[in-house]
Amino acid sequence: MDTSAMEAAQTAAQSAHGAAVDPFVFSFTVFVLAVFVGYHVVWNVTPALHTPLMSVTNAISSIIIVGALLASGPLEMNLATVLGLVAVGLVSVNIFGGFMVTQRMLAMFRKRK
Amino acid sequence: MLSANVVALAYLAASVLLILALKGLSSPESARRGNLYGMIGMAIAVVVTLQLETVQNYAWIFAAVAAGGLAGGVVARRIPMTHMPQTVAFMHSLVGLAAVLIAVSAFYDPQAYGIAAADGGLHPASRIELFLGTFIGAITFTASLIAFGKLQGLLSGKPLVFSGQHMLNLVLGVLMIAAGIMFCITQGWVPFLIMLAIALVLGVLLIVPIGGADMPVIVSMLNSYSGWAAAGIGFTLGNNMLIVAGALVGSSGAILSYIMCKAMNRSLLNVLLGGFGGEASSGSSAASAGDRPVKAGSAEDAAFLLKNARSVILVPGYGLAVARAQHALKELVEKLMDMGVDVKFAIHPVAGRMPGHMNVLLAEADVPYDIVHEMDEINSEFADTDVAMVIGANDVTNPAAKSDPASPIYGMPILEVSKAEHVIVIKRSLSPGYAGLDNDLFYMDKTMMLFDDAKKASEAILQALDG
Repeated sequence: MDTSAMEAAQTAAQSAHGAAVDPFVFSFTVFVLAVFVGYHVVWNVTPALHTPLMSVTNAISSIIIVGALLASGPLEMNLATVLGLVAVGLVSVNIFGGFMVTQRMLAMFRKRK
Repeated sequence: MLSANVVALAYLAASVLLILALKGLSSPESARRGNLYGMIGMAIAVVVTLQLETVQNYAWIFAAVAAGGLAGGVVARRIPMTHMPQTVAFMHSLVGLAAVLIAVSAFYDPQAYGIAAADGGLHPASRIELFLGTFIGAITFTASLIAFGKLQGLLSGKPLVFSGQHMLNLVLGVLMIAAGIMFCITQGWVPFLIMLAIALVLGVLLIVPIGGADMPVIVSMLNSYSGWAAAGIGFTLGNNMLIVAGALVGSSGAILSYIMCKAMNRSLLNVLLGGFGGEASSGSSAASAGDRPVKAGSAEDAAFLLKNARSVILVPGYGLAVARAQHALKELVEKLMDMGVDVKFAIHPVAGRMPGHMNVLLAEADVPYDIVHEMDEINSEFADTDVAMVIGANDVTNPAAKSDPASPIYGMPILEVSKAEHVIVIKRSLSPGYAGLDNDLFYMDKTMMLFDDAKKASEAILQALDG
């Protein structure tokens, strides 16, 4: 598909909605739906596992490593890359520590023999 | 390099795996598999990001991951389970600090993130998102550090209260928002750094008035904040996976805070305003403590009661963990079960120092999880139970919470220990608990006090059973 055809397709998609939708609105839609998913999933977590829940959510919120990797990506070093690298190191503590300590705790939960 | 669509779909797969990680925690059987899904999801997210065209700095990135991963791994292997609350608080602070660093970096060099406007600056929407991500991250960072200090005992657990405290916080909050708005309009470094500095200070000020006993709520709340900070970064980068993960963690922490508040019959606002547990208790019942008769017994008496019981419910509190009595107690439980006694554990939501803490401490001592029951499950069973034995717990068994409207803990849900036929309380002395209250349970006719350290008492009872 050449560029003009793509532009035409985009214009068509936009006019179907009446106007262009700001990317923020898409993000916000995802956010609100994810809060609902989180609400329902977390109420189903058994209270006995609330501590592992907290340690694993620690690891999960470290998904911001994606942002840290983007920041530290460029080869020429400047303030942005250095801060990014520090952030990569910090959240790596959480990712490894969070998942591993959760695994360690979950391994302790055993049924009656 | 993968196309943008493939990258987006891989991020979607990672998001679904992270949701499955939480879903697995609905039961201990599925939880380990869930945790594995979480790890796979995280690995997909990292690998897909690493192969992006803009990410080239591999040597440094691997060094940072290796250093952080090694530190995290050592902590995860070595940390005692009693130290989980401060460990979790510390990890929240790392997420908060990382969020701040990412935001500063994004503001310094928007091009690296692909969020630069035509003039090389930031889009207005990105500025607002950056503002939100930065201040939530900054508050999470310093607030979690203070919570860590209080839980670790580096700082006093006592609430620090001074006059005009809430006014000061309010003024700082308004100033921070004003600086944030200035930043959104001017894109200047000065308002950005002022906003950041105020947020860091606010994080400290918000936590200092909150006492050690309320830290379970605070740790849960900071869990929530760290999630919202991650979602804020997700908005800045326009990355749906970060938004989904952040929203999951945010709602998880919010639900845990709610559960903790409900278990203490306090509102979140009441906890946040702080000062609880600071003033010396002056309850009427505390004054009369000295002259009320209690029935004290020996380990042999306790063994006799337990041996002749058909059903026993054990009520552990944090005192159990302080005395490191879990393993001794577990042996006692095994002995009783071998003798044909039906033994169960009853756990109050605030039995430990964080949500679900006592369950982990018991699991660590090899207590099978299917004899450990939550308050709502087991409360109706106390009336049909021969012996309830309280070990290192106090306020959560106080009948005044149900019967005495004048009591500060009136309305707090309790374990209905007083309904059992016999009650044994293992406690070192008659000293009041966290809420500074006397416990009517100790003075009931059916109650036998065993004044000893939880560990020594458990061992002595076990010995008496053997003999």
